[in-house]
Amino acid sequence: MSDSPPLVKLTDVNFAYDQRPILMGINMEIHRGQVVAIMGISGGGKTTTLRLIGGQLKPSSGEVRVNGVSVPDLDTEGLYDMRRRMGMLFQFGALFTDMTVFDNVAFQMREHTDLSETTIHDLVMLKLNAVGLANVHACKPSELSGGMARRVALARAIALDPMLIMYDEPFAGLDPISLSTVGTLIRQLNDALGASSIIVTHDVSESLKIVDYIYFVSEGRIIAEGTADDIRASDAPFVHQFVRGDIDGPMAFHYPSPPWRDDLYSGAVGHA
Amino acid sequence: MSVFHTNLLSTLRNLGKRVTDRLWRLGFASRFLLATLLYSGMTLKRFHLTIREIYFTGVLSLIIILVSGLFVGMVLGLQGYDTLQRYGSSEALGILVALSLVRELGPVVSALLFASRAGSAITAEIGLMKATEQLSAMEMMAVNPIARVVAPRFWAGVISMPILAALFSAMGIFGGYLVGVQLIGVDEGSFWSQMQASVDFREDILNGVIKSFVFGILVSWIAVFEGYDCEPTAEGVSGATTRTVVTSSLAILSADFVLTALMFRGV
Repeated sequence: MSDSPPLVKLTDVNFAYDQRPILMGINMEIHRGQVVAIMGISGGGKTTTLRLIGGQLKPSSGEVRVNGVSVPDLDTEGLYDMRRRMGMLFQFGALFTDMTVFDNVAFQMREHTDLSETTIHDLVMLKLNAVGLANVHACKPSELSGGMARRVALARAIALDPMLIMYDEPFAGLDPISLSTVGTLIRQLNDALGASSIIVTHDVSESLKIVDYIYFVSEGRIIAEGTADDIRASDAPFVHQFVRGDIDGPMAFHYPSPPWRDDLYSGAVGHA
Repeated sequence: MSVFHTNLLSTLRNLGKRVTDRLWRLGFASRFLLATLLYSGMTLKRFHLTIREIYFTGVLSLIIILVSGLFVGMVLGLQGYDTLQRYGSSEALGILVALSLVRELGPVVSALLFASRAGSAITAEIGLMKATEQLSAMEMMAVNPIARVVAPRFWAGVISMPILAALFSAMGIFGGYLVGVQLIGVDEGSFWSQMQASVDFREDILNGVIKSFVFGILVSWIAVFEGYDCEPTAEGVSGATTRTVVTSSLAILSADFVLTALMFRGV
């Protein structure tokens, strides 16, 4: 771990939707050059953490700092300024379906820079080449496979050489080959750009291969953290269950509910 | 409290809630319109974005507008002749066709068609962009979706509508001419000259243009708002698309009454 101040720092962050608490007392540090994974089951507050860092949500209490700046205190202009140095890969790519692959990657360059079309062309082809897809630049996103679309979205996320790249479930729904391609790309691009990356995922085997540090989030709290080796060796029951994929453990198969016997005998026909 | 009272109270409460919900949504929609106008600067600066949308909303609506205009005009020719010849004034057919189209049918029918052809498409497109996180992605790329996605579509609708209405009326007059003059045999000279003499530029044509401009604002506003505000699911997008057509149609017809009343010259 480096000695420089962390790029992203969350201190005692709480977040609630209406009255329902989502995150409780989250402390996190992401240092420059690191690839960090936030793991946990679906609905555990992982994506919410990303949205807090990106400024799409504000914490109920606590501090979110990116590059030393408090994110919730930024006005729209400051927020947009910060986001220009952030890249984000959405769960299903979120490519603009009315544009070609080329225009998707060029989008931010055209919006935020005065670069000439020739320069933009060269930059876009470089980015597409970096994800191995230079030959599909004229395709529409609908013509791509899921894995290719994810890679194009990756090229778009790094279009402006961001200092921080955030990935929301980058491995979801990919075949094993695309999965390891995307995994390797995340690591390589992070190191080549000298950026930091945060991966929100529930894919254990792929992420343990590429990340430097892991936070386990369950029911809104960080229940374990450490390097890949720490996690593999962890004897915390939840981590153990998660890494091995056991059906039963601290995270029960059944959601908490009244006994099903009562429901059967109640004679109810349906639920409102 | 009796059952009757409880029922009455809950009915009143539901009614009140529905009214306040509607009012709240109207307020939200107004703020949304204000934001759209505020962020329209980029639309003017990068007008090619709007031109692209004018192609999708305006140019692609041309066929339905032109064909409907032709048929409406032809029906007007037949019906108008039938009524006028009873009073022996069939040569006034030109005035009847032109005035009905320019003052009423042109702006209203083309706006109704525009709402179902282009308004629904705008809502569905923006709604799907929301459902597939494209709008969130844009925000995360520090690009304001209201400025980049909403404003160009809004202005494209506002610009297209009066042009479409004018084309509808022109096509309708041509349809009336085809049926009245070519088919039935009304005198061609009186058809055109009476029309020319009786249609006033300010009172008839300009008022029609004002109407279609207002309808353009209404339809585009409703379409972009419903899309932006829709629930990001398949069900939500389909509901929003339906609401766009229904709300726009009601808004067009009620605004038409208000505008006609305001423009009415009296006796």
